Amino acid sequence: MASLVVGLVLGVLVAVGNLWMLGWPGDETLRRAWFVAAPVIATLATALVRHLNAFPAAAPAGQEATPQPGEGMPAAPAAPSEPAEYAALRLLGVLQEEGRLVDFLQENIAPYSDQQVGAATRGIHESCAKALRSCVTLEPVLPGREDEPVTVPAGFDPAAVRLVGNVQGEPPFTGTLRHAGWRVTRIVIPERKGLDPRIVAPAEVEIG
Amino acid sequence: MGEPRYIVGIDLGTTNCVLAYVDTAQEPEDPDAPAVAMLAIPQLTRPGTVETRLQLPSFLYLPLEDELPPESLSLPWGPAQRVIGELARARGAEVPTRVVASAKSWLCAAGIDPSEPILPWQAPADVPRLSPVDAQAAYLAHLRAAWDAAMPAPLAEQEVYLAVPASFDAAARALTVRAAEAAGLSGARLLEEPQAAFYAWIAATRGSWRGEVQVGDVILVCDVGGGTTDLTLVAVGEEDGSLTLERKAVGDHILLGGDNMDLTLAHTVRARLAAEGTVLDDWQFRGLVHGCREAKETLLATDAPDRAPVVILGRSRKVVGGTVRTDVAREEAEHILVDGFFPLVDRDARPQLARRLGLQEIGLRYAADPAITRHVAGFVGRHREVAPDGPTAVLFNGGVMRAARFRQRMVEVLSSWRGEAVRVLEGADADLAVAQGAATYGLARRGRGVRIRGGTARAYYVGVETAAPAVPGLPPPLKAVCVAPFGMEEGSEAELPELEFGLVVGEPAEFRFFGSSVRRNDVPGTVVDQWSPGELDELAPLEATLTAEGEEGRTVPVRLRAHVTEVGTLELWCVARDGRQWRLEFNLRQQGAAA
Repeated sequence: MASLVVGLVLGVLVAVGNLWMLGWPGDETLRRAWFVAAPVIATLATALVRHLNAFPAAAPAGQEATPQPGEGMPAAPAAPSEPAEYAALRLLGVLQEEGRLVDFLQENIAPYSDQQVGAATRGIHESCAKALRSCVTLEPVLPGREDEPVTVPAGFDPAAVRLVGNVQGEPPFTGTLRHAGWRVTRIVIPERKGLDPRIVAPAEVEIG
Repeated sequence: MGEPRYIVGIDLGTTNCVLAYVDTAQEPEDPDAPAVAMLAIPQLTRPGTVETRLQLPSFLYLPLEDELPPESLSLPWGPAQRVIGELARARGAEVPTRVVASAKSWLCAAGIDPSEPILPWQAPADVPRLSPVDAQAAYLAHLRAAWDAAMPAPLAEQEVYLAVPASFDAAARALTVRAAEAAGLSGARLLEEPQAAFYAWIAATRGSWRGEVQVGDVILVCDVGGGTTDLTLVAVGEEDGSLTLERKAVGDHILLGGDNMDLTLAHTVRARLAAEGTVLDDWQFRGLVHGCREAKETLLATDAPDRAPVVILGRSRKVVGGTVRTDVAREEAEHILVDGFFPLVDRDARPQLARRLGLQEIGLRYAADPAITRHVAGFVGRHREVAPDGPTAVLFNGGVMRAARFRQRMVEVLSSWRGEAVRVLEGADADLAVAQGAATYGLARRGRGVRIRGGTARAYYVGVETAAPAVPGLPPPLKAVCVAPFGMEEGSEAELPELEFGLVVGEPAEFRFFGSSVRRNDVPGTVVDQWSPGELDELAPLEATLTAEGEEGRTVPVRLRAHVTEVGTLELWCVARDGRQWRLEFNLRQQGAAA
C-alpha cells in the first residue's frame, strides 16, 4: 500500500519535472540527465519502500509478537552432525529419567489392581507433566471451549483442523468443537554431551 | 576508575547458593524499589546436560575416574573435573560418600580444622577429599565463572557482598573471606544473613517500611533454612526525626531446619508402613523423604487439603508393581511438625541440652532440641534487656517459614509472651531474599537507603592465667580480658594499652580466645573473672610467631590491638613498643579443645 502511494507521488513529480525541463533555457546536458535519471531514481525509491515494508520491524507494534507455527521449532543447538533421531531419543530420556515413562509403558500392568496402577500413575503423571513442560510449550489449535459451537473459515489448514461428521457444502463450516487440538509453540530438548542418547535409562548397580 | 558498575549480593547458603545484583548504570523507575536482578546459574542437571537455575545447590560431587566422559562434565565456560549443583545434589542421595554437603556448617564445627581436607565426611580412603574452605571456594568459583560468562564485566571487579550466618564467629568469618580469596574474589565484604533478609524486606515494601514499624519496635528475624536456624533482633530507634535500625543481638549457630522436619515425618511414615507389613529399603526411604517434603508443603499451606498422598515408585523396571503409596493426614503433619518443631512454650522455656557423654563424637553439632520455639525463647531470654517482653514484630525468612501453619504458630507463641498480637512483616521472597538484600545493602552503603547499624555481633576476649599458687589436679584459674568490644564498626580499632604480654621472639605464642554475644557493655581491658555457661564461648586459640632478625630468644613486651577490617573480619595484632607488629592467626587445629 505504502509503495503504491510513494510510486504515484514520485511519478507525478517526474512528469512535472519533464514538463518544466521541456522549457529549460539552460544546458542541454542537464536536460538529458534529468530525462534519464529521474525515472530510474523514482523506480528505485518505490522498490526500496516495498522492501522495507516486508520486514516485520516496520509493522505496527503489537502485531509482530504472535509466534508463527514452526518458529522456535528447532531443538536446542546441537552438533550439526547429530543424527535426526537423537533429539527424539533425548526427549524420551528426559521423560524416562524424570518421570519413568518408558518403564511405565513397557510394564505389563494387567496383573495389578486399579488401586495399585492408580497410585503409581499419580507419581508418574506428575513428574512426566513437569518434564514435558520443561521441554515443550503447548497451546490449543482453536481458541474456543470444547463442546461449544465453532466456525471454521474458508482457507483453513486441513492439518490443523479435522472435520468429522456430516461434512458437505463449502466453508465456512459451523459445528461443535469437540477437541481444541494441541500445537507446540516451543520445544527445547536439553543437549547431552558425550553420552550415548540411545541409553534412555542406564542400568543401575548397587555396590556393597 | 570510579565505583564498580554492579553491586552483587551472594547467598552462600548451607544448601543453596544464590546471586543477585543491581546494575547502577540503570536508573531505577522507583528510587525506593531498586531493580534487583538474579543471575541464572548454568549447572549440570544430568550428566551431559547443562541447564540454568536461580539456585545452585551447595553440593560437590567427586566422580570416579572414567565414571563419566569428560565432555559430559563440561560447563559453558570450560571443562570440569568435579560436579557442582543440581546433579551433585542428586548424586548425593545415591552415592553419599562421594558428595560434599553442608560445607558451610563445618566452618564452625567443633574440634575440626576447616582448612584440612576432611570432606566428604567419613568417606572411604580412595575418595579425594577437600576442606570445607575449598568447597566454599569451589561454589564461589562456579558463581564467578557463571557471571563472567554472562555479564559484560568480570565479577572480580564488582562490589561483592557475601552473606554469612549471624552466628558465625570471628574464625568462621575469616575462613569465608579466605574461601572468597581462593575463588579470586578478594574484595568481597561480609554481611549477616538475617540483616540481608531485612534489607530485602525494606526494598520489598517500596519505601512504606517506615509506616510499618515504629520507634521502640524490636523485630525478630527468624530465618529457618534447610539445615540451619539463624536468629537476630533488630531494634527501631529514632535520630534527628528519622527512623534508625540497629541489630541488637544474634543467636547461636543452630543446626536445625527443614531437613530435620522431612526426616521426622518420613521416619513416622516408614514406621507405619512397616507395621502394615511394607518394609522400605534405603533407596525407597530417600524417595519417601522427598515425598514427605512435598506433603509437608501441601499440608501446612493455607487452605490445605485433609490428606496428601506420598508415592514411592518402584525401583526396578517394574515401576507400577513396585510402587508403595500412602497418605499423610493434615492432623498428623500438624501434630508431628507444628507441635514437634514449634511447640507452644512460655517465655522461660530453654532448649534442652544434649546429655554430655564421656566421649563426644567429633563432627557437626546438631541441635539436641528440635523445638525451634524453645531456641527462640532461649535467645530472647538471653537478651532480655533488648526486648523485655519479647519482640514486637517478626520477619520470617527461609524456605521452611513459607508454610503458613509454622508462621501462625510462631506468631501465636510470640504473642503469648507479650500478651498482645505480634505483627508479621511481609514481602520478601523467602528463598532469594538474602542475596537480594545483600545487593541492596550495597546501595545503602552508597547512601541510597537506610543502613542497619550493628558492628560486630560479639565481644572478644583473650584468656590470661592468673597468678595463683599451683593446686595439683586443678588448672590455674583463668580470667578473660576484653580485647574487642561488642558492636565494633567496620574499619574501627581498639587497643589494650594497660596490658602488656612478654612474648619470646622465634617461639610461637598462643592465646586462648573467647567470644560472647551477651556481654555487650564490656570495653577493651574489662576483666571477667567468672562466667556462667553460655556467657563466654571458647573459640579457636590465636597464635603468632614473632620474627625478628638476630633477636631470637629475646622477650619483647607487646600490647594487643583489635581491628575490624573493611571486609568485616576481626584481626588481632601484637604491637611492640617500637611500633613493630605481628598478626595473630587462628590456630584451628586445636579448636574446641577445652571449655
